[in-house]
Amino acid sequence: MTVAPLTVVVPLVAAGLLTAVAVRLNRAVAEVVALAATLATVTFCVILLARTASGSEVYWFGGWETHRGIAVGVAFVVDAFGAGLATLCSVLMVAALVLMWRYRDTDPPHFQTLMLLFLAGMVGFCLSGDLFNMFVFFELMSVAAFALAGYKIDEDEAVEGSLNFAVTNTIGSFLILTGIALVYGRTGALNLAQISEALAAGPSDGLVVVAFCLLAAGFFVKAAVVPFHFWLADAYAVAPTPVCLLFAGAMSELGIYAVGRIWFDGFADALVAHGDGLRTVLIVAGCLTALVGSVMCVLQDHIKRLLAFATIAYVGVFLIGLGLLGSDGVAGAAVYIVADGFGKAALFAAAGIVQHRRHHVSLRRLRSFGRGLPLTGVVWALGALSFAALPPFGSFFAKSLLEDGLSKEGYGWATAVLIATSALTAGAALRAGGAIFLGLGEGGPPEATEDETRSEEEAPPDRTPAVMFVPAVLLALAALAVGVVPGLVEAFEGAAVQFMNGSSYAGTVLQGGNAPPIEAGQAYSAPASAYVYSAIGALGAVIVAAAMLFGHRAPRSASRRLSRVGEWAVAPLRALHSGHIGDYVAWLVLGVGLLGGSFAIALQ
Amino acid sequence: MSFLPYAVAAWLFLIGLYGIVTSRNLVHLVVCLSVVQSSTYVLLLAVGYRSGGTAPIYADISHSENVVDPIVATLTLTDVVVEATVVALLLALTVQAHRRFGTLDPNEMGALRG
Amino acid sequence: MSYRLRMVVFGAGVLGFASLLIWGLGGLPDFGDFAGRYGQYLAHSALPERHATSSIAVTTFDFRGVDTLIEEFILFTAAVGVVALLRVHRETEEVPAEPEATRWPTAQSGALRSLITALVAPVLVLGIDIVLHGHLTPGGGFQGGVILMSALFLVYLAGTHIGLGPLRPMAAMETAEGIGAAGFALIGLGGLIIAGAYLENFLPFGAPNHLVSGGAIPLLNIAVGLEVMGALLIVIGEFLDQRLLMQKGKL
Repeated sequence: MTVAPLTVVVPLVAAGLLTAVAVRLNRAVAEVVALAATLATVTFCVILLARTASGSEVYWFGGWETHRGIAVGVAFVVDAFGAGLATLCSVLMVAALVLMWRYRDTDPPHFQTLMLLFLAGMVGFCLSGDLFNMFVFFELMSVAAFALAGYKIDEDEAVEGSLNFAVTNTIGSFLILTGIALVYGRTGALNLAQISEALAAGPSDGLVVVAFCLLAAGFFVKAAVVPFHFWLADAYAVAPTPVCLLFAGAMSELGIYAVGRIWFDGFADALVAHGDGLRTVLIVAGCLTALVGSVMCVLQDHIKRLLAFATIAYVGVFLIGLGLLGSDGVAGAAVYIVADGFGKAALFAAAGIVQHRRHHVSLRRLRSFGRGLPLTGVVWALGALSFAALPPFGSFFAKSLLEDGLSKEGYGWATAVLIATSALTAGAALRAGGAIFLGLGEGGPPEATEDETRSEEEAPPDRTPAVMFVPAVLLALAALAVGVVPGLVEAFEGAAVQFMNGSSYAGTVLQGGNAPPIEAGQAYSAPASAYVYSAIGALGAVIVAAAMLFGHRAPRSASRRLSRVGEWAVAPLRALHSGHIGDYVAWLVLGVGLLGGSFAIALQ
Repeated sequence: MSFLPYAVAAWLFLIGLYGIVTSRNLVHLVVCLSVVQSSTYVLLLAVGYRSGGTAPIYADISHSENVVDPIVATLTLTDVVVEATVVALLLALTVQAHRRFGTLDPNEMGALRG
Repeated sequence: MSYRLRMVVFGAGVLGFASLLIWGLGGLPDFGDFAGRYGQYLAHSALPERHATSSIAVTTFDFRGVDTLIEEFILFTAAVGVVALLRVHRETEEVPAEPEATRWPTAQSGALRSLITALVAPVLVLGIDIVLHGHLTPGGGFQGGVILMSALFLVYLAGTHIGLGPLRPMAAMETAEGIGAAGFALIGLGGLIIAGAYLENFLPFGAPNHLVSGGAIPLLNIAVGLEVMGALLIVIGEFLDQRLLMQKGKL
């Protein structure tokens, strides 16, 4: 069990040492050290994940354990979801580092140092079992992310995007800190298991609800749930593409994971009577996020903003899954996180390859530039199909688990939202892919004009280094593998049960008992309705893509009227995404107020 | 009277947010963010206070004296360091913003839309 | 979004948020009535367990040491981030040293400069004292590190710019920062190897109220002090470089 602290310590020591010898370092050494440290972390995380099959384990820092029911030290509580998410983060970090291998503008060793620190923050956050310790790792991850998002300092938007990102997320962390102060004031504890026992023993009054609301709101800012989401598109649009890969595949999901963790292992015992009300609030919030994200996704011309809004849409889907508060929903959300994490990462990797060649990110400028990149086109297509949740992709099984859960709890109408999300995001991705790689759509290849976004100064390379294709292909195959590898979906179901079992969590942490092992359920086969829904979604995606690519060939009056109605309908939504920090913070405050209000109504 | 420190913390949070939303200068915005930070410091320290308690430093007091909570002091120390570093990063971004846009007014940085 | 719409949205939000805060804060125990057992246990066991009189230092570096490790690394991240964000772009040159002829002393008054120069040594000693006594009295690595930073910053105030072109002590500061940060993590590893748990205090605890007590806590304080000093000097140095660049008309 000594592996647990090493997952965090190895990247930290590597980062410190890289900076200590910064002056005498050349780029190759920095990259090798960073890659080696990340691979070590991957190894440790996989070891931890393998051990969680026989039950979650607790690691106490500093040799301080518990004393008469008080948790004295800080604990890492490693269960399957935590270790799994940590593994996902470190694997995606490897992909990002490999993709970045040939970029000229990385300023060694600062870029590699920031990436290692980002990794340490994410991994520690997933494994921690102490509320304040989670906050500290969360801040490490955030500060590294702010610096990485603004890394391309020679672009105007990078500064603005990073500022919006930093200010909104910092306010989110103040919300979390206020929630922690409230919890500490009531329970006198920071360890999650001890908090759970103390809250359950006391009255479940306004303070408990407000504390949970503030903590959830702070984590929702990071996860980019509507209306806390405005910063995400700006940050993704300007960050270097390999960094976006990490943001989309790992960072956004951590917010949802955190809310799940603090609910099941912190507040669930105290607020157990209000589970139904919470379910409604979370599912409604998830649906809203999914719809706003998908609609904005379809309207985007800028590849990275398109993928950013797709990320927001899927965060909504994850929230729907978590919000079900049942093993179907939680397992579905987990499978979706992994499968979709790989899928989005593959899309970002493909976008990175195209951008490496052409330095533009708007579809207008990139049309048909992908023609010389067939492999990348295939990767893109696989990513888009993953969005469409077609079998045998992992996302198909995730979606069917969610649909099962929704119909069981009486929220069948939300299935329509899931289908719409798949259709719109996959349609947007297919349209982008068709335009870039097949040259479809309005207008031919654009003439050479001024760039909107330049990422490097030298002439574009004629050939993409082979090393960039490897992560893209592997990520796309991983998205496929989640659905194909036998027994994986069932393992997720067992892990979900373990995640939701707050009382055994508390027992393992506070009394040192042995945790129950994970029991994989019986083989999962998706019901026929899932195939039907998936087909509807895929059909919707094809219609959306075709309408956008070939709409200009329709009879002019009809298409013009249709597009004018469409523009009119979405103009207010687009206007809200103004890029102005004051707007974003105003919506954030309103979001907190609304979340609090809905908790007050639903949870009292 | 016993609610006053908590009310101060809440007020600081809200007035800082107001400053951020209505700000016309990025440096002012960052300082308003630090006002919001100080609300968390006040709240944490207020939560851990014990009436009649003294600092938990045993260099010159006996072991049985009433002391305030040392954990909130640790939490606040951590909080101060963390938030001060975020301010440093934000100010670096502000310098870059001034370099690129020639202005510090968020209303005039219209690079990201839609 | 128009200003008016923003204020309407914000106003509605603030009403909700304020009521939420008041509702929640109302459930807290009265100011001064906090009865948390965890904190009391830590306060009362700091001296017997670790022979260090400052229970806050023991809480920060021993009981909850991993929080401090990460906190130190957040400061480290911010310093690296500031360097990355303010890096001089490849096309423009390196930050040059101010040429002798035009080098303005920062403090224009001779009396002020003499006073500041005289203060550097005492402030440095004060900083070192606070770092070393962190386990005995209020203070410690973070506070002492800031004072150390200001001692070196006084050098700038008394004379000319800290950045001396290619010979800038930025490299020394990065080394100090890196060693401080990695040092903390490596001392923790020492705990893992020797005592069995990461960050477990593995050195002999000594006698209370003596400089050598508390086990590894003074060492951790020194590492943190070094790291804080390095990081803050880097941040300030980067901002000062911006002033130089503006003077040279590059901005």
